[in-house]
Amino acid sequence: MNDPRTVLQGVGLSKRFGVVQALDAVDLTVHAGEIHALVGENGAGKSTLINILAGVLRPDGGRIVLSGREVRLRTAYEAAQAGIAAVFQELSLVGTLSVAENVLANRQPVNRLNLIRTAELRRRTRQALQVLDVDLDPDALVERLSIAERQLVEIVKAVSASPRVLLLDEPTSSLTRRETEALFGLIRRLRAQGAAIVYISHHLPEVLELADRVTVLRDGRHVATRPAGDITENDLIRLMVGRELRDIYGQRGMTERGTVPRLCVRNLSRPGAFEAVDLEVSAGEIVGLAGLVGAGRSELGRALFGAEPASSGRIEVDGQHVWPRTPTAAMRAGIAYVSEDRKEQGLYLRHAVRDNLVAPRLERFSNRWGWLRDGAIDAYARRARDRFGVVTPDVHQPVERLSGGNQQKVLLAGWIGIEPRVLIADEPTRGVDVGARTEIYGHLRDLAANGAAVLLISSDLQEILGMSDRIVVMRTGRIAARFDRDQATEQAIIAAALGADGGGTS
Amino acid sequence: MTTALLARVGRFAELRILLVVVVFAGAMTAYDPRFLSSATINTILLYLFGYAIMACGMTVLLVSGGFDLSVGSVSALAAMVAAVLMKDPSIQLAWPVAMLIGLTTGAALGLFNGLIVAKLKINPFITTLGMMLLARGLTYIVSGGIGQSGFDPGFCSLGQGVIARVQMPIIISLTLVAAADLLLRKSRFFRQNYYIGGNEQAAWLSGIAVNRIKVLNYALSGTLAALAGLLFAARLDSAMPNAGEGDELKVITAVIVGGASLAGGKGTVLGAFLGCLLLAMIRPAISFLPIEDHWEKAVVGAILLIAVVLDRVGRRG
Repeated sequence: MNDPRTVLQGVGLSKRFGVVQALDAVDLTVHAGEIHALVGENGAGKSTLINILAGVLRPDGGRIVLSGREVRLRTAYEAAQAGIAAVFQELSLVGTLSVAENVLANRQPVNRLNLIRTAELRRRTRQALQVLDVDLDPDALVERLSIAERQLVEIVKAVSASPRVLLLDEPTSSLTRRETEALFGLIRRLRAQGAAIVYISHHLPEVLELADRVTVLRDGRHVATRPAGDITENDLIRLMVGRELRDIYGQRGMTERGTVPRLCVRNLSRPGAFEAVDLEVSAGEIVGLAGLVGAGRSELGRALFGAEPASSGRIEVDGQHVWPRTPTAAMRAGIAYVSEDRKEQGLYLRHAVRDNLVAPRLERFSNRWGWLRDGAIDAYARRARDRFGVVTPDVHQPVERLSGGNQQKVLLAGWIGIEPRVLIADEPTRGVDVGARTEIYGHLRDLAANGAAVLLISSDLQEILGMSDRIVVMRTGRIAARFDRDQATEQAIIAAALGADGGGTS
Repeated sequence: MTTALLARVGRFAELRILLVVVVFAGAMTAYDPRFLSSATINTILLYLFGYAIMACGMTVLLVSGGFDLSVGSVSALAAMVAAVLMKDPSIQLAWPVAMLIGLTTGAALGLFNGLIVAKLKINPFITTLGMMLLARGLTYIVSGGIGQSGFDPGFCSLGQGVIARVQMPIIISLTLVAAADLLLRKSRFFRQNYYIGGNEQAAWLSGIAVNRIKVLNYALSGTLAALAGLLFAARLDSAMPNAGEGDELKVITAVIVGGASLAGGKGTVLGAFLGCLLLAMIRPAISFLPIEDHWEKAVVGAILLIAVVLDRVGRRG
């Protein structure tokens, strides 16, 4: 208790949301000059714990002790004042303002009249960006930035306050390798300066590489805290799920490939996004689409789904020419798309689980006068919940109450529910824990085994290698390489994604 | 190079509305040089001074994602309260005191709006619609349905005085607009509204006292509405129970034409003022043109629609 290195201590922290005990008397002790990783499946309580420490949520019970003094953190601002900065999973940026105004939100340099000194604001932001090796214009509007860039801005915002305690909730989930390395360098520098860092990640190799100590949570309880040097990835997984996981990617189905590919893309282009893309996916096949963030993978997916239609080329489904200009048209052709951004583009967060499950196919649940059949929807929603293992006591719960992994399952279940001939899954396991990932992989495999063509867009190379029958790598809008699963290696994919010279093209 | 330049120009959000105002005034002047005479300019500025004052508060509100339908009624009630306090034989308060009470009335009603919107999370449209009806009703109750006039010359001089050949209401409104524009653009306190309107959750996470600022915004809007009503009464030497009817929609129209959005997060006071200016030019323009007065409303409506459509198209490009 009285270790002089202790900076931040949570004692017996508890939090309940409705019927779910999200956090149950959890203790956490973080030292100065330490990177303390927090791992656990989604729903284990990591985000709840971090939100309490950041002043966003108030605990039902327990105490927070900062540098030996008990503190009450009623708002994020009070936490920031106390020296606790947080990078949230939910991005806390204002899209209509510039990078500089976001980085120094509520901390803008002012003159004596309390007027903002714009040049100084810009200068300080440029400095903060440089420290993290982030190449962004301080004047750029945040809403024009990609998700990865926004994540960087979020990190710069938190770090630029020189906090004593830095809380990072999955900061690398949409960063490229280079950006991740830069972030790690920065985190280590902060550690050397004596900051305490709490780091949440699902990426276990990353955790072991970076952290000094690891705390594992499961079902809202503290399971173990160990020095990172004394523990292996398998140990961690065992502690997290309480069981051993072997091959999380599952076994490939033995479906015969048809002679005509399910999905055939020829010379597809949209200037500024992707160019001259040729692609085939057969029935029963999972094709992995790899590449850096910004290489045009999501844009290609969205074009196939008609969300941002391509400008030239040809798309065929089962040999039939289709040219979806809207998602509705794509769905009619049997194409489904699971968005990479489930919160913004995939789910109706405030609506019930059941409404989300049937959203892509309302017409099947309405009678001939167009009235929705509630009973049928409920029955279907319960079946889908059980089949997809969505953890929720009640399908009338709003989706926003579910953990990330369960949200993702709801999204996937909705789209698999339309029985697509082609499923495009864009980062289907981002921010999802190991247990839920295994289930999601299983569902993708089942769908393929039932004859669908699956296009898996992912930045997780392990996932690409583990899941795909064939792998296609995109770089700056073009297809850079194609591999059969047997030939593909992590190194070869990275080399293709970066370009032959190996230099960064992001 | 060119894109950087364009980006820089594009950052002056008021550029488009400024161009429209200049082109409109230029075209009218080409048609009839008297349009740019000091008499016409004076008419235009005297017509819009009340709207410009209310637009300052309304812009702050719209930027923060808020909205106030009650400004017209509140301006009438504040003026009527002050008028009755000055003129009622059994009261006969000195005009500065009566005026202060009028302003306080506006501030109090705005505060009330703000508390309901911020603390109880009730939609600002509903809240201020209720306040609009309530304040109008109170105006009739306070006045007994009749107007008041014959105010103290000191009070009237606020609306009728002239300094360096410029009318007092013009001086007051332009000063307020300049101050409000600077504050909303540059001051850390008012700048917080862009965060709140852009992403309330993010603003809160950044430590911005979202609720307190929202409440203050409504109080500010109420106070400015009261000031506009009082100046209007001083100018006409008359407080009428139906004064300011429909002003709320004119002000909101002008602010949106000037670049603000009901979605919040954008807009400037300068833009809002230019919006007021554009709308105020329509009536004199029509008097110069061989068309009937009925055109005014249609033209205002068309301008509002064109403004929002252009805004949307511009954002896509």
